[in-house]
Amino acid sequence: MLKVLNKLRQLGVLGINRRNSRYLLRYNPRRLYPLVDDKLQTKRLADRAGIAAPELYGVVEIHRQIRDLPKLLAEHPDFVVKPSRGSGGDGILVVAGRSKNGYRKSNGTLISPEELAHHVANILSGMYSLGGQADVALIEYRVRSHPVFDPISYQGVPDIRLIVFMGVPVMAMVRLPTRQSDGKANLHQGALGAGIDLTTGKTLTAVWGNGVVEDHPDTGNALTGIRIPGWSQLLVLAAKCWELTGLGYQGVDFVLDGDKGPLLLEINARPGLNIQIANRVGLLPRLKLVEAHLKELGDASERVAFARNYFPSAQADDHCPMVAQVQEDLLPV
Amino acid sequence: MNARQVYLLCVALALAALGLFAYKHLVLGFPLQPDAEVEAWDIEVGIRFLSRGEPVKVSLFLPRKNDVYSVVEEHFVSGGYGLTTQIEEEHRVATWAAREASGRQSLYYRATIHPSPNAELANTAKRPPKPSKPGFEGASRAAADALLADIYGRSADAETLVRELIRRLAGLARRGQAIRLLLGDDPSVSRKADVAARVLALAGIPARPVHGIRLQQLARDAPILQWLEVYHDGAWHAYDLETSERRIAKEYFSWWRGTGSLVSMIGGIELSTKVAVTLNKESALLAATAHERAARPALFEFSPLVLPIASQAVYHVFLVVPMGVLILVVMRNLIGVRTFGTFMPVLMALAFRETRLFSGILLFCLLVGAGLSVRFYLERLRLLVVPRLAAVLIAVVHLMFLLDLLNHKFGLQPGLSVTLFPMVIMTMTIERLCVVWEERGPNEAFKQALGSLLVASLAYVAMNLDYLHHLFFVFPELILMILATIILLGRYSGYRLLELRRFKVLAAANA
Repeated sequence: MLKVLNKLRQLGVLGINRRNSRYLLRYNPRRLYPLVDDKLQTKRLADRAGIAAPELYGVVEIHRQIRDLPKLLAEHPDFVVKPSRGSGGDGILVVAGRSKNGYRKSNGTLISPEELAHHVANILSGMYSLGGQADVALIEYRVRSHPVFDPISYQGVPDIRLIVFMGVPVMAMVRLPTRQSDGKANLHQGALGAGIDLTTGKTLTAVWGNGVVEDHPDTGNALTGIRIPGWSQLLVLAAKCWELTGLGYQGVDFVLDGDKGPLLLEINARPGLNIQIANRVGLLPRLKLVEAHLKELGDASERVAFARNYFPSAQADDHCPMVAQVQEDLLPV
Repeated sequence: MNARQVYLLCVALALAALGLFAYKHLVLGFPLQPDAEVEAWDIEVGIRFLSRGEPVKVSLFLPRKNDVYSVVEEHFVSGGYGLTTQIEEEHRVATWAAREASGRQSLYYRATIHPSPNAELANTAKRPPKPSKPGFEGASRAAADALLADIYGRSADAETLVRELIRRLAGLARRGQAIRLLLGDDPSVSRKADVAARVLALAGIPARPVHGIRLQQLARDAPILQWLEVYHDGAWHAYDLETSERRIAKEYFSWWRGTGSLVSMIGGIELSTKVAVTLNKESALLAATAHERAARPALFEFSPLVLPIASQAVYHVFLVVPMGVLILVVMRNLIGVRTFGTFMPVLMALAFRETRLFSGILLFCLLVGAGLSVRFYLERLRLLVVPRLAAVLIAVVHLMFLLDLLNHKFGLQPGLSVTLFPMVIMTMTIERLCVVWEERGPNEAFKQALGSLLVASLAYVAMNLDYLHHLFFVFPELILMILATIILLGRYSGYRLLELRRFKVLAAANA
């Protein structure tokens, strides 16, 4: 036990208590939380800042509007219904197509219009929102998974989580749906989290539950070494989210759409700590490094350069990190 | 800056708590143990006399708080007499008076005395002033000087001097001319006491004759005794005037000083006085509160003991809640156990108080299981959230009623009683569990349910220790201590115990 403790200290693994007291309390002012707890607001902010997000088809705010739902959905063969204040991916319904008398969910099961209406009603009455407060339902564009993830995800769409500290992306992982997670990209529902080398944008080993895996449990393909397309652009977008919300310590979730490129899904003001297991590295040294260089950090692309320079993965040592290559990579941004 | 403030605050809180605690325990004698007993003595003086229709005035010396005992309660039974109490010089005197009274009269005085909790401390307290002129003149003066000179030579210190003097006066040693001159032919005990005090005054040693009684298990007619109190070596010591032995302070209760008699009367005849003593084992807590009430009424006002008995019972429970909260904080922030809501486990522990632990857990599991199944059935009916939760609540009420009924019919668990309080808490728990089940899946729901039960059981055990109950009830200031601990825990930024397990794979991977 003591050995583990010392090892974790040595690695600089961030624990909940320290995350809360040292980072959230200090860098995330409470008044900014509503900006990210409400996805509708986040979407509007992103829109203004020119960060792409899944297109919003409509918002259901009151029960009356549920009746008009079929009309709204008529022109969209597929869509996603999600609660605006939901947390951790709860209450998200992905409709991938139509069948004769209803909708087809992404996992293939059918759902009647009645059931869909009930789901929306549940969202409105606050079943999925924090503290059960009344909520609104968002209906938006269904993201098509980028083909690069096809070998390593089971249904669903993987998303990319980046921890952005004072505008510097400090750690990243891609969350891959599994059979167990029912196509959802949420770690606590059974999705895989594969670390991403910030410098190269290549995937590392993954965390599943509380253990480390190297192959996808459903597809059997190797999880490591997959290069995420448009990584440089993604990093800059993530870095820009600092200006978007003002939260010093945030988790930024992107999806990689096959057609539209990176889209901002949501921002989390209390991001989880399992990303450390996915990357097999502690957050603390990186956070401290950023704190030490706070004054030198400039705009988003400079911050990204800082991150790629300072945070190469130890796991990826043999693959890459040459500073020259990194800077070359930066040019197109 | 921030950190220093936190530590200063904690130290201040802890010091305040410990200071008050120590003061109450050490000085006021509040007991640490719930069932500590103290010896209390009830003393009753019955005064009877015959009145012939004339104005009557009866005076009685009242006991005063002294180094060894303090008077915590006194009552007068005065039937038709006017009563005044006053302090005259170093005496307290009660005076009953009536303009007209005839026939047999009875007056009573009743006092309860407790050993002073700080007997040793107070004993060394004040040094009396130098004794005044003893008032010997002429031949007596010469005799006293000679006596003193004689015994001075035969003693080593104050104690041996006093004992030698008493031996001479009591006739145990050679009586000599001087003694006879001083005492007269057939000296009474008060005469001896008076002379002894005066001779010692001549030698510059403060001494005083004292009247009192011997404290015995039970005495219906305790004799009034007289002895000599002498101040030497920084304390007052009692000497028996017959044997010159030192007396044990605890065994004798000194009532009044000087040579006057206990009761004096004007206007009546056939005065008889009886002093009765009984031993009364009282709880130390009652004794201490009585002391405090008598000594420092202001401080006493801030203790739950001034509340009516019914509210005291409530505070017996309330004042241990901080202990349960402390356990909750430790379990959540140091261990990392996940629970429903923030303080739900403490509320559950309170509910267990009424159901007992095992039946409480059983009831909890039964009800939560049944409540969940009802809830999942209702899910199929596609009800809106609030009506659905209301339906669950009503189902739970019914289930509790059924369980209670079954229990009553078969007499399964006599201690199991369901009152309103645990019912509300159980219902809230089911709701929380449903929400977690919904949002985080059954796995997380079970984890949190187990965590909540664990914390609730621990809190229940802690909150049910008689000792802690007693401690927090008698010393509510200890809650500040818990507050300080919790504030300190609020600054803890290290790993939680369960995080070690969670991140173990990291340590192993990097080993």
